[in-house]
Amino acid sequence: MTGTKGALLHVDNITKRFFGFVALDGIDLEVQPGERLGLIGPNGSGKSTLVNCICGTLQNDSGSVQFDGKTLDGLAAHQRTHRGVSRSFQLPRPFHSMNLVDNLRIPLLYTVHARVGPLRSTGDLDARCLELLEMVGLAKKAKQLPRDLTQVEMRKLELARAVAAEPKLLIADESMAGLSHSEIEDILKLLMQLNERGITIILIEHIMSAVMSFSQRLAVLVSGKKVADGKPEEVVRDPEVVRAYLGQ
Amino acid sequence: MSSVNTAKFSLITIAVGAVVMAFAHWVHVDYLYFASYTILQFIVLATAWNILGGYCGYVNFGSAAFFAMGAYSSVFIHKLYPLPVPLLILIGGIVSGLVGFGMGYLTLRLRGSFFAIATLALAVVLQTLVVNWDFVGGSRGAYIIRPEELEFAGITINYIEYLFGLMLLLTMIALVTARTIERSQLGFGFATIRDDELAAEASGVPTLRLKLIATTLSGAFMGMAGAPFPYYIGYLQPSSAFGLEYAVNSIAMPMIGGTTSWVGPLIGAILLGSAQQYATVTISSAVNLLIVGLMLVGFVIIAPNGLIGLVQGWRRKWRQP
Amino acid sequence: MDIGLLINAIAAGLLLGAFYAAVTAGVSISFGMLDIVNIAHPAFIILGSYIAYFFNTNYGVDPILISIIALPAFYALGAAVYQVYYQSFERRGQESLRGLAFFFGLLFVTEVSLILVFGVDYRYVEAAYIGPSIHIGIIDLPLRMLVPCVVSLLLFGAIELFVTRTFIGRAVKAVSQDQMALQLMGVDPIKIKRIAFGISIATAAVAGALLVIIQPVEPSVGREYIGRVFAICVLGGLGSMPGTLIAAMLLGVVESLTATFYGPSWAPAVAFGLLLLTLAFRPAGLLGR
Repeated sequence: MTGTKGALLHVDNITKRFFGFVALDGIDLEVQPGERLGLIGPNGSGKSTLVNCICGTLQNDSGSVQFDGKTLDGLAAHQRTHRGVSRSFQLPRPFHSMNLVDNLRIPLLYTVHARVGPLRSTGDLDARCLELLEMVGLAKKAKQLPRDLTQVEMRKLELARAVAAEPKLLIADESMAGLSHSEIEDILKLLMQLNERGITIILIEHIMSAVMSFSQRLAVLVSGKKVADGKPEEVVRDPEVVRAYLGQ
Repeated sequence: MSSVNTAKFSLITIAVGAVVMAFAHWVHVDYLYFASYTILQFIVLATAWNILGGYCGYVNFGSAAFFAMGAYSSVFIHKLYPLPVPLLILIGGIVSGLVGFGMGYLTLRLRGSFFAIATLALAVVLQTLVVNWDFVGGSRGAYIIRPEELEFAGITINYIEYLFGLMLLLTMIALVTARTIERSQLGFGFATIRDDELAAEASGVPTLRLKLIATTLSGAFMGMAGAPFPYYIGYLQPSSAFGLEYAVNSIAMPMIGGTTSWVGPLIGAILLGSAQQYATVTISSAVNLLIVGLMLVGFVIIAPNGLIGLVQGWRRKWRQP
Repeated sequence: MDIGLLINAIAAGLLLGAFYAAVTAGVSISFGMLDIVNIAHPAFIILGSYIAYFFNTNYGVDPILISIIALPAFYALGAAVYQVYYQSFERRGQESLRGLAFFFGLLFVTEVSLILVFGVDYRYVEAAYIGPSIHIGIIDLPLRMLVPCVVSLLLFGAIELFVTRTFIGRAVKAVSQDQMALQLMGVDPIKIKRIAFGISIATAAVAGALLVIIQPVEPSVGREYIGRVFAICVLGGLGSMPGTLIAAMLLGVVESLTATFYGPSWAPAVAFGLLLLTLAFRPAGLLGR
């Protein structure tokens, strides 16, 4: 599949195997700058594997990942983060020995500063961290440790940390699982705000209402293959999608 | 935590060091010099181990190998052309640092547990190489005749006192280095590797590069601790240079003292080191090692954050009525 | 080159290799399937050796028989060790640093305790099959190597059958892949892991008896086996029993050839060197996936 000019992310025919089990089978995907893409599919369909291959946590066996006009192939995860790809983990992975401010300081020190050079003083860094915590509603717990947070709050910290790296593309991996209706609304509002500021977002979710209201485009992964990719209203009516995923 | 900056801390350390040196000179008992030298050596080894183990979370079972590499590079050079000990320390540090870097480069992409096993393998391979290397004495060992005294700028110093002083200086440098790292961005990065390496990478931390720095520094300090050893002991054998007690102690001391700070290895080394000196003389060296092993197992189970962790826990409880 | 020497070296290597496989079988379970880096495993083997030595010397019982009688005790020991390991480390998610230190401490404590009780002299056992050899053409097969080889293969086969045929065995295999699924089936993964670890240590009892038949032992011998065991595990591919057997045979032969043609002082470097090389260049193992 030839890349559309100007696409921010271009995943070109990537395949990933684990000891003979094919997790990703020739996936093509494109994301335009500023787009809101929803990615859905049954458990085990390869969504997280795809995210891992885009972000560099795993290396794809074949195919290529292009970002912002340059190839990401062969780059380590931290290098891709420097280039502007950021992700939150499905199961939150905070730095448990540090308080929340320090958790956010890490991407600021190691990603943002790696790009433009140390511009900020310690005071400025702290201010930025608090700003980010405010954004997710965790400012009151700034000096506490991750173990003092609820599951929901850890998810928010995860997102805040991903945003702290000032990405061009943010991949939110199932940040909403198990949340209440109002909590889901909060996260959606947050993601919308980020998108309005120019951040491209890939939302991976099982909660269909959230996905439908958020996404401009919807892609469906089933058993390592992409079976649909288009306008959300059309995709959910696609018989193959209904059979493989929605009908369950 | 106090906000004493590095320069101030260095000055304090130098002051303490000077006091210790003066006191030792005044007391001037040879046995005390020997015992203290061993404890200082352990402080350096424990601190070095902790840079990789406590700060980054990567266990090194082969501390003895890095220590021995420093000792054997001294032997090697001594047989060619005797150089002054401070230079030997530098060389020992470079040799062991390179070994640390090389080994890290080969194995740090693997999981932590594989790395630990690799360090064990490295220790045995290096020991086998040395045992079969006749130039440095092989399994028969090598003798280094220690001069009685040293002339320096017109002053004559007792050689043992000289070695003690060098080791004291090295200890101070190691402690200042560890503390500086701990409070720097580097130390911050190390902590993320320990907490969650995958998340660290995703946040932009160049984990491999940082781990290599840690391995190299850790190895270098261990090598520096080993470089004066042949002069101190007079007769170097692979079985003693590569002895398991170095591996166990360099792990036990930081774990018992506490791995999250430079203070832990210091306390652990002083306590455990002194206890062992006492036990070796009064009971037997085997029982002494048994006690170290039991304490390691005990502390790891009961007090995972070591003595520092216990103290911090009590302080927290005491503050919350 | 003396062909007779070469062939005998290879034969000895194969016999030794089978024994190495039995030694590694336990670690294949704990490290390969349970992901527990039990570097103290060789210490349990040496413990088995000394128990065999003790009852053989004082009561004249056959060492292999002793080890079979000791199986339940070793199993219980293994289960207890796992329980401590789980409570202290696995549950708190701290198994990497502290778990390793824990096992290292165990290794050390066992070795030093044995030194205190038995001293550093080499100990050996007496049995009818230690001494005589079978001769096939130019090949000498000492019975003291052949018998352990046969027992090792039996042990190895038994474990393989256990893992593939019995419910508990398959549960062990499953727990290494998907704990959640196991829980959903109503099986307690912790109990399964405890059983597996217990079996792992139980194999050390037999391996220990075989070891003291093959060679005289003293407390530090265990340490040589750490490298061998993990080299075989990694080379053979974690958790793959056939891979472990092949890797063990390979190691046995290479070690034997090295000892014969370059001298025994180089032998320890073979296993550990192989381990380092494998970890550096092909961590997935020979039958690499």
